[in-house]
Amino acid sequence: MEFIVAILTGVLYATGIYMILRRSLVKLILGLILLGNGANLLIFLVGRLSAGKPPIIPEDSSVFTDVYADPIPQALILTAIVISFGLQAFAIVTIKRVYKVVGTDDLDIIDRSDEV
Amino acid sequence: MSDIQIIWPIAFHLVAAVVLIGFWRRVDVQRYVSVVANIIAVGIAVWLFGKVWSNGVLVMQSGSWGAPFGITFVADTFSATMVLLTAISALAVSIFSAVSISKERMRYGYFSILHFLVMGLNGAFLTGDIFNMYVWFELIIISSFVLMTLGGERPQIEGAINYVTMNLLASVIFLTAIAILYGMVGTLNMADLSMKLAEEQNRGLVNATAILFFVGFGIKSAVFPLYFWLPSSYHTPPSAIAAIFGGLLTKVGVYALLRVFSLMFIPDEFMTNMLMAIAALTMFTGGVGALVQSNIRKMFSYLIICHIGFMIAGLGMYTELALLGAVFYLIHDIIIKTNLFLVSGVILKIKGTVDMKRLGGLYDEYPKISLLIAVILFSLVGIPPLSGFWPKLFLIQAGFDTRAFVLVAFVVVASFLTLFVIARMWSEVFWKKGSGTQEMDRPFTYFNELKPIKQAVFLAPLVLLAAVSLYIGFGAERIMQVALVIAHDLKDTSYYLQAVLGATHSNTPMP
Repeated sequence: MEFIVAILTGVLYATGIYMILRRSLVKLILGLILLGNGANLLIFLVGRLSAGKPPIIPEDSSVFTDVYADPIPQALILTAIVISFGLQAFAIVTIKRVYKVVGTDDLDIIDRSDEV
Repeated sequence: MSDIQIIWPIAFHLVAAVVLIGFWRRVDVQRYVSVVANIIAVGIAVWLFGKVWSNGVLVMQSGSWGAPFGITFVADTFSATMVLLTAISALAVSIFSAVSISKERMRYGYFSILHFLVMGLNGAFLTGDIFNMYVWFELIIISSFVLMTLGGERPQIEGAINYVTMNLLASVIFLTAIAILYGMVGTLNMADLSMKLAEEQNRGLVNATAILFFVGFGIKSAVFPLYFWLPSSYHTPPSAIAAIFGGLLTKVGVYALLRVFSLMFIPDEFMTNMLMAIAALTMFTGGVGALVQSNIRKMFSYLIICHIGFMIAGLGMYTELALLGAVFYLIHDIIIKTNLFLVSGVILKIKGTVDMKRLGGLYDEYPKISLLIAVILFSLVGIPPLSGFWPKLFLIQAGFDTRAFVLVAFVVVASFLTLFVIARMWSEVFWKKGSGTQEMDRPFTYFNELKPIKQAVFLAPLVLLAAVSLYIGFGAERIMQVALVIAHDLKDTSYYLQAVLGATHSNTPMP
């Protein structure tokens, strides 16, 4: 299981960076979304995967006796997902606005503000 | 021990922002509420600084969860100083905004977002938890995105694309670094991380994580190879917004670098060499970039980059004296960079343009305002005894102590580049024969058409920040005492660690 998630994380990062390097605005946003998902999956992965082991101490003992799922990474991912949701929504609205104002989604054309 | 007062600078701006949303359609009320709120915020910041200065580090464990388990808020001298400087800058920007920001922008919640931004900044300065710092950074960038694009003019939107992309990328890198850090040592509390990382055997992974943090914060603070987004976006929004960005947003990155590299990743020889090389190149490329610009605001944007290099240089040398220089420069830089963009706003208001080729004759028309601006520019350049002079002195001295002569050369070159750029600007804008005002293609009220009271409000924030700059220059001994305490705490973190972890080491956390 770890192996598959690790590969998937790598693929998400790689495709994300590839998409950011493209010239199209839409692909740029897609790349950022993929990168964000890759980072979330990475947090999940490094928190050690353990299926069906809730972090609850059994009634008859006072400490953990078994392996348990670490709740912290899940809390972190939840926070990160909510944040990236907001940011991505904003980014998508921005590119729509850019397309309306500039009339293109080619990043090589959208650099007039950069001229000396 | 739980000092709940730490949360006040954060909570107060939250309340202010929410109250401002309540006045959504009453823009005239919003101005007053925002300015009054910022005055109170300065009061809170002064009070917090006084308390930290006399009592030492304040710590708040949220929900009374003991140190490594809950989210910790820490106010040490460094944090309290940054909160104070933020409050002063925010007050100046808010006064300037009240007269310079268009009604259309205010109608879409400008002031409210401004307070959310300041809240995020205060949160980032006061948190003692690395993931919490990520959350505050996200709050800062989402607020800054809205401020950047508010108004939706074409150059603004184009600049925003660069700004949004690079900041989102920096956030992802920051988050990745946090993920690896958590996988490695299983904690997020910065004090606890400091202890655990020191014992970690896998140094390769620790260093790789350090580099990830450096890249993430480096993009935000615009260091050498990662700064290109800054000059292509900072000149596009209105001056008041550019002022708060230029004064504070890059500096929060520098703060994070200083914090992370003093507490969690103590720079080894490779790291200090890399930091020094990057600092030298940042200073040089920023200064040279400023040389070729004819747009004043683009020139100031490059000067921001140039001067980030000074602070990175201080971090790179990593002696107490060098850190003292870096912190002193940070204190000076926040005030002066905010003021520079306000100056560009005033020039725009007087002349209708910020292009040096079309400017001129300002000294003939407005000698008093020119004199005020001269004080600000001299402080920036660092004519002794004004505020820019002292930190450079410490940096150069530290450079000789650590035998980093090349770096000293770059510091001197960068200072001269700044001097040259500012001297050129002075002769172009103030001494060159005037060419009248620039015609605008949209309705625009020039400075001389404003009522005297509005003119005074326009200049008040400049006077306020110039006075603070003068105080930093002439009261350098007091600022040095503060910077010395901060530098000492950065170099010897045992006090910070004890304050955060000490009380809870023996106790089990109470839910």
